[in-house]
Amino acid sequence: MKKKEQNKPFKWVLYFAIPFVLVLCYKYISKTSKSDYVTVDSADLTNANSTKEVPKTIDYIFDVKPILSDRCYLCHGPDNGTREANLRLDTKEGAYAAIGENLDRFAVVPGDTLLSQMAHRINSTNPLKMMPPEDSNLSLNTYEKAVLTKWIAQGAIWKDHWAFVPPEKSKIPEVKNSNLVVNEIDNFIIQKLEEQGLSLSEKASKEKLIRRVYFDLTGLPPSLEDIDAFLADNSNTAYEKIVDRLLNSTQYGEHMTASWLDVSRYSDTHGYQDDLERVMWPWRDWVISAFNRNIPYDEFIKWQLAGDLLPDATLEQILATGFNRNHKITQEGGVIDEEYRVEYVLDRTNTVSKSLLGLTMECAQCHDHKYDPISQKEYFSFYSFFNKVKEKGRMDYGEIPEPNIKITEKEIDEVLSFINKPDSIPEIDLMVMRDDAPNRKTYVLKRGAYDAHGEEVEPATPKAVLPFDGFKKNRLGLANWFFDEKNTLTARVAVNRLWQQIFGVGIVASSSDFGNQGALPSHPELLDWLAITFREGGWDMKKMMRRMVMSSTYQQTSKATPELLEIDPYNKWLARSSRQKLTAEMIRDNALAVSGLLVEKVGGPSVKPYQPKGLWAETTSGQGLTEYIMDTGENLYRRSLYTFWKRTVPPPAMLTFDAATRDFCTIERQKTSTPLQALVMLNDPQLIEASTVLATHLLKDKNLTDKKRIQIIFRKITSRAPEEFEVDNLLNFLSDSEANYDDTKRIQLTEKQEDISEEKLYALSTLTSLIFNLDEAIVKG
Amino acid sequence: MEDEVSKHFLNNNRRQFIKKLGLGIGGLAAASMLDPFSSIVEAEGSPLAGMNLPHFAPKAKRVIYLFQSGGPSQLELFDYKPLLDKMRGQDLPDSVRQGQRLTGMTSGQDSFPLVGSQFKFNQYGESRAWVSDLMPYTAKIVDELCFVKSMHTEAINHDPAITFFQTGSQQAGRPSIGSWMSYGLGSLNDNLPTFTVLLSRGTGRPLAQPLYSRLWGNGFLSSLHQGVQFRSGKDPVLYLKDPEGMTRSERRKMLDHISELNEKQEREFGDPDINSRIAQYEMAYRMQTSVPDTMNIEDEPDHILQMYGSNAAIPGTYAANCLLARRLVEKDVRFVQLYHMGWDQHENLPSQIEKQAKDIDQATAALIMDLKQRGLLEDTLVVWGGEFGRTNYSQGTLTDTNYGRDHHPKCFTMFMAGGGVKPGFTYGETDDFGYNIAKDPVHVHDLQATMMHLMGIDHTKFTYKHQGRRFRLTDVSGHVINDLIS
Repeated sequence: MKKKEQNKPFKWVLYFAIPFVLVLCYKYISKTSKSDYVTVDSADLTNANSTKEVPKTIDYIFDVKPILSDRCYLCHGPDNGTREANLRLDTKEGAYAAIGENLDRFAVVPGDTLLSQMAHRINSTNPLKMMPPEDSNLSLNTYEKAVLTKWIAQGAIWKDHWAFVPPEKSKIPEVKNSNLVVNEIDNFIIQKLEEQGLSLSEKASKEKLIRRVYFDLTGLPPSLEDIDAFLADNSNTAYEKIVDRLLNSTQYGEHMTASWLDVSRYSDTHGYQDDLERVMWPWRDWVISAFNRNIPYDEFIKWQLAGDLLPDATLEQILATGFNRNHKITQEGGVIDEEYRVEYVLDRTNTVSKSLLGLTMECAQCHDHKYDPISQKEYFSFYSFFNKVKEKGRMDYGEIPEPNIKITEKEIDEVLSFINKPDSIPEIDLMVMRDDAPNRKTYVLKRGAYDAHGEEVEPATPKAVLPFDGFKKNRLGLANWFFDEKNTLTARVAVNRLWQQIFGVGIVASSSDFGNQGALPSHPELLDWLAITFREGGWDMKKMMRRMVMSSTYQQTSKATPELLEIDPYNKWLARSSRQKLTAEMIRDNALAVSGLLVEKVGGPSVKPYQPKGLWAETTSGQGLTEYIMDTGENLYRRSLYTFWKRTVPPPAMLTFDAATRDFCTIERQKTSTPLQALVMLNDPQLIEASTVLATHLLKDKNLTDKKRIQIIFRKITSRAPEEFEVDNLLNFLSDSEANYDDTKRIQLTEKQEDISEEKLYALSTLTSLIFNLDEAIVKG
Repeated sequence: MEDEVSKHFLNNNRRQFIKKLGLGIGGLAAASMLDPFSSIVEAEGSPLAGMNLPHFAPKAKRVIYLFQSGGPSQLELFDYKPLLDKMRGQDLPDSVRQGQRLTGMTSGQDSFPLVGSQFKFNQYGESRAWVSDLMPYTAKIVDELCFVKSMHTEAINHDPAITFFQTGSQQAGRPSIGSWMSYGLGSLNDNLPTFTVLLSRGTGRPLAQPLYSRLWGNGFLSSLHQGVQFRSGKDPVLYLKDPEGMTRSERRKMLDHISELNEKQEREFGDPDINSRIAQYEMAYRMQTSVPDTMNIEDEPDHILQMYGSNAAIPGTYAANCLLARRLVEKDVRFVQLYHMGWDQHENLPSQIEKQAKDIDQATAALIMDLKQRGLLEDTLVVWGGEFGRTNYSQGTLTDTNYGRDHHPKCFTMFMAGGGVKPGFTYGETDDFGYNIAKDPVHVHDLQATMMHLMGIDHTKFTYKHQGRRFRLTDVSGHVINDLIS
């Protein structure tokens, strides 16, 4: 009793504090939340949101549907199995239909909130009537209620989901600041900025720009010579020349491949249980070569989906189908074969739909999709394209799972010269696709369970995207369907992914979800214009990359003024360049490149660079890859896309920097900042070695002053000349380090340098490590 | 109770308050400096903002999860079935099996000879709990334990079954339970990771089932919430150790220079990530001291080492990890995940399980009693168990002294202690054959729901939206087992 008394003041504090905190939360969120373009923000701030202004004219797509989808579709959406009260709000017919036992009531009566049950129910405080029900955890806030009510009052105008409506090539917008326009991208971007009284920021410095474009097109930093040449070139074409050179470099293909490996969940191991080794690197060699040869996107995808089914398929086209064999495969003793065989077909279905259609079709595996117009039957119809492979669920130790092909030395010499086969390997066996179980039937799997066969289905695609009419009912027909002019998604999804790669965030921020729960495009007209231009221009990927990096939008500075941060913290409108972080691959490759350690050999089997001891050994079962045996010589210094990927124990430093796990298809990596990343940057032997090697180079040149050395190191690592203040700061550190030197220090050396004093080397190596740890060293520019 | 609730809401709101208040662009770092392993970075997208975690006053603030990887046999340890001795060698009746699917390892067997435990059982404590002779130390503390005899799972193979227990889904890709807790509840300390992982290898079957780092992965949550493995040896956390010879003051000086130069960049570019990065470096620096300090057991008195057993002084053993687990929760680490491998006794079960039990028995009991004597047990939840149980029939030939057991998902035993569970309590029953559950089944999702409940989380409300769908640890099922809660 006494305790309760004491507690009273606390309670009072709470009564005041909670609303206060909520308002504060809201103030912050309303300023900075992604919610105005990730329209599905789940922050549930019922009281606070009442201050957000309801738009004058309600737009169904931008204002209404995100609410209906997120809060109502779960019970009143596409899923037939869980629909309540026979009301569906995901279709126009459903929303306007008569409901109730006597069919005398309506959820939505355009223009009449009094007759519309929706308006009553969402605004009701009666727990028995209120929608969504209290226990659904999906409550509407005041703002959301107001939007829905106003939409009805304004006539409840319906539109189809934007992504299922064919793209339209709109007119290039006129802009006031036309002198800033380099190409059409700028017209679209500047127009939106001008509408808001904003404009593009100034151009990035040449140093920043060259660094940015090098990383974006090759994944590597520019050399000092590259930077100097660019700074010295005052011609109008200075930048363009660099762009063209980079697009034609071999490193371009390697860089593009690095992100395609995420999409295709590439790995050097099978991924389950004992995680045995597999050989798929020749497929990776093909991808690099395909990007470098600039094979058009439609061919690039068609070969990967159905190269084996093309008329007179070449060995190269068959090799490309390895894409759909990159999924995990188990060897675990005692598994039920069919359960895992089904799992592999599901994986292909999900990978293809996510990467090419930008749809989360996997949600329709166990029931009709809750948010998008994809029925479970359609899911398994799509699945059936990939269900004709004669494969086992459980592989044996030492087996190369079927279907597979053997590639001989002769074939490599004659038709597959892009495969970089070491002489030590006489021939290569690897997995490919082949429909050698043509009579296998496909059924809807009830609740997604491998053994619960339902209705039999035929190969088909989701009707909402484009009905599968007139196409051959196999993977080749499917591949052609993707590139049919009427397919509303393929081109949009592809250009959006390229945009994401260059600008950091897609025009559709949810690059793997173009459905009802996904983000809305920030620049819908631009997305459509790019999509159609991409298709009409022959799906030319280099040309599209070129268009993006040539734009003024791309070339802006990444400096953000406080005002811009306030107005657009997530840089949705691109009034500046986003200050993007290097990827895991780029961070290591940068260190290798600037220290001169990088071995620029293309392709071939994966390599095993530095990795902390014992990581494989401590979790192994004693089968397969039991111990990580580090490579020696040049294999330690290959680009990171060649690092051996063991799925159950991926390379730890890369994972720390948000690399995908490769367990399944990944379209977008996380972007985090963690203490573990700091530890990698400070202490990874690879970075320490790079520091020492770079320091050694500079100490060998006796004519250089310390100041000059600092300037060179700083420039190499960050691509810009340090300012006086920075040089002074670093000089201080250098002399302190030198003074601190004693014989307890151990310097990691590749070769002993007789003529360099140890304290000098220690101090300059430590200083180099410091510069590698600057924020700028892991930022593009 | 009521004041407990308001205290927690108050603390929670204070946490939120500081976060939000600090989240002017420049203030981001100030907030993350308080708590770099918490969700501050994510507060921007603010999926947590409406969650109001914890949902109610937690009974437990921390978890130690002693995962017994491989599937320990409930029949040799806790689930006493005298009928199996009587029927030794007789075939498992179809009426009992009821068409349960078998793994490929025994589905081809001609017969399924029933076999009871080679090891004797007795009842212990006031609670009269059954424990076999394999677990003498555990037997002594049964009055602290809350047994669940009626666990069941959906998976029959290791990889999917462990993944199911740790992430709520049989297929890879979801966050692990420790990541969920880290994400939802944040850190309780400011110099150690919120979610730590310790591995040990069993002596019963040293090379048995592997583990996979994705078991402690963050899935679609921020990688701030990934489990951080603490390893025996020189570099207890990967890349923690500075280059040989570098002193603390040198490192400190280096970080000061880095901060100065980074701050200049922040002023020029206005990028809030720079401040967050500065804070992460500070945390890394603190970890360089706090982690080795935690790992260094030199300050443990002999009687404590003896309590955990002779292996406690050997780094990397289960006993040493139990001691570390106590040290970690003592420093307010939120979630400590241990894995002890080697519980997969398909053959030579009697000899193997004897060693496995010896690996863990004394140290597990010591950990619980050590927590208790320090007053930590009341708000630390300890969970012991594997990914499934084992069959009541022999895999392979049954001889007088030897047999094996295959995987069995339909019933197995786990136990918990501390953190708001009933001490000296047994929940659920299996049938006389030890094959089916006779009473009060507890599904994996039920256990997860209950663990979350004890931590103050309503598992149905704690969701994370990813690719358009609200995900939760317990997927679409799971019920809190209120009977387990004290």
